[in-house]
Amino acid sequence: MNLYRYSSPSTFYPLAGKLAPWFGWSALILAIVGLWIGFGIAPTDFQQGEAYRIIFIHVATAWMSMFIYLVMAFWSALSLGFNTRLSGMMAQAMAPTGALMTFIALWTGAFWGRPTWGTYWAWDARMTSELILLFLYFGVIALRNAIDDDRRADRACGVLALVGAVNVPIIYFSVQWWNTLHQGSSVSMVAAPKMAAIMLAGMLVMALAVWFYSIAVTLVRVRCIILERERGAAWTGQMTEPGKT
Amino acid sequence: MLEAIELAARRGSSRLFSSLSFSVEPGCALFVTGANGTGKTTLLRILAGLGAPSGGKVRWRGVDVAPFAQSLRDDVAYGGHLPALKDELTAEENLVLLVALTGETVDSARLRDALASVSLERQARLPARALSQGQRRRLGLARLALSRRPLWLLDEPATALDTAGIALLKRLITGHLEHGGSALVATHQALELPAAHSRALSLS
Amino acid sequence: MMAEPVVALREMPAHTPDSGAWSGVRWALARDLKLALRSRAELGVQVLFYVIVVSLFPLASTPEKNQLALMGPGVLWVAALLASLLSLPRLFASDYADGTLEQMALSPYPLSALVSGKMIAHWLTTGLPVVVLAPLLGLQYGIDGEALAALTVALLVGTPILSLLGAIGAALTLGLRGGGSLLALLVLPLCVPVLIFGAGTVDAVHAGLGVAANLSLLGAGLLVAIVGAPLAASAAVRIALD
Repeated sequence: MNLYRYSSPSTFYPLAGKLAPWFGWSALILAIVGLWIGFGIAPTDFQQGEAYRIIFIHVATAWMSMFIYLVMAFWSALSLGFNTRLSGMMAQAMAPTGALMTFIALWTGAFWGRPTWGTYWAWDARMTSELILLFLYFGVIALRNAIDDDRRADRACGVLALVGAVNVPIIYFSVQWWNTLHQGSSVSMVAAPKMAAIMLAGMLVMALAVWFYSIAVTLVRVRCIILERERGAAWTGQMTEPGKT
Repeated sequence: MLEAIELAARRGSSRLFSSLSFSVEPGCALFVTGANGTGKTTLLRILAGLGAPSGGKVRWRGVDVAPFAQSLRDDVAYGGHLPALKDELTAEENLVLLVALTGETVDSARLRDALASVSLERQARLPARALSQGQRRRLGLARLALSRRPLWLLDEPATALDTAGIALLKRLITGHLEHGGSALVATHQALELPAAHSRALSLS
Repeated sequence: MMAEPVVALREMPAHTPDSGAWSGVRWALARDLKLALRSRAELGVQVLFYVIVVSLFPLASTPEKNQLALMGPGVLWVAALLASLLSLPRLFASDYADGTLEQMALSPYPLSALVSGKMIAHWLTTGLPVVVLAPLLGLQYGIDGEALAALTVALLVGTPILSLLGAIGAALTLGLRGGGSLLALLVLPLCVPVLIFGAGTVDAVHAGLGVAANLSLLGAGLLVAIVGAPLAASAAVRIALD
């Protein structure tokens, strides 16, 4: 299959339309299974009680928030390097979902922290890094909104996403440093309860569910972006006639 | 020699021009005419290398050039709408800076001569904010004369110039062409040059 | 008029103008400093802003000596960051508005060299005063001796990084509405490591750990920024000019 066929917005549009429902339904099924494992089957943790169950959502969304940023940086690099419209549109479509994942990770992390250590926000290394990641996402989204010209927006957000991607490991390292200096031996969020196999399975299922959800939402969003940005082209009128996907 | 091959450009979602092809030989001037909004400025900016066309290519001295190519930056003098003058600096300081930016070194005698040739020798020590629009334009012409570039891309150079100023502009362009340079001028005013050296291209 | 040229005159010989990087840096640095000196009042205002912000914190919290000593490094660094951000929107804005930036992009000098010159000028007018004032203001916060020296050196190494990173933000937000706040949103997260390692030097001194680690990390960051920031900023300038 020649993948380059799909590198144009007009050919990618119907493909995205076909794939999105598949990913969406899979995400729903996986989420039901994962939540059932997490909240139903997995045993009560002897250290943290019932409250730990929220990590099934927290860890999945935290992983996804970082993964989406890397994928967004990848599409941005493609858009800068090859000057293609679709790569810029993909990067544009992903940013809001990445921000949402980061936001959910922060909230679920806070709800985990409260019963476990008595405080909603403990300024630990991982959560602080997540917070800065949220600001990085907001920056890309704000820059996109501030620029009217789509091509300039693609390229400017591309530069910003790449500069951010290079900085993310540096930021993470510096926040770790800061945290170990100041908090020393206090419990870190990284010390999740010892993983029984069933808990690990549940987390992986949730991670997959969240991943498929992100793909589905990104595909739907990129279709809207394609229609909006290509509205002058002839094919958009034909493709959106009633009866076609 | 400058060649444009099947150039196309858009502004936003509307197409300005497409399949535009022409060439400008040494010693020739091409006058690009057209109503406002037809893409004269966009064409000039593409040829100067400030942006990429949405189709086609630009060739300079037989080599295809991308935006911001070194050969374009070495050989092109671009005179856009904005005169690139700093209000806080004097006319003379501005001229020195702009000429230095083109990579040329000029001694103070030639500088004085250049200012005199555009009738600005008495305003040399005035801050640029004290100059009128026409005087700022003439300062730009002085920069052009000192920059020693084979290709001049001028966007509406006659704006704000009085009849003496326009005569000066024509003399400069003619002199430039006689030395083997070429020029592409976007204008909606007729600027008659000797017929052997100029052609017109309409974008409407 | 469609008359054909009778004969193609001989082409102007290819004349290569100066395009060395150092000349480009010098051009931009000398010009920006000259312009800054012509608007001396503006420079004074920036320095005053820094001093006022630093003086606000004790008023807003407590003048108690131990608390101040704990807050001090953080306050000095955050104020340095804010002072830098305040002057960043102007870094490219005036050149963009009067057409000089276009001419710079079309100059034979590499754009990254010209941009580097501007970044150096920005640091000299914004960061260097901060470094010079730091010992005085640090004393206000009860930091002295080795800690104060460490803090000043850290500011000396770190404030250029703030100028370098900030210039990327300034180039990306050229001509956009929301200017200064948008710039701050883009730049502040990137400056977090500088903040952490810079302000951490004082803690390192107090803990007896020595400042070598912090300063070498800052130094490494400075080198990476010196290499990368001009490239990113000139790419952003070209994007804005397109």
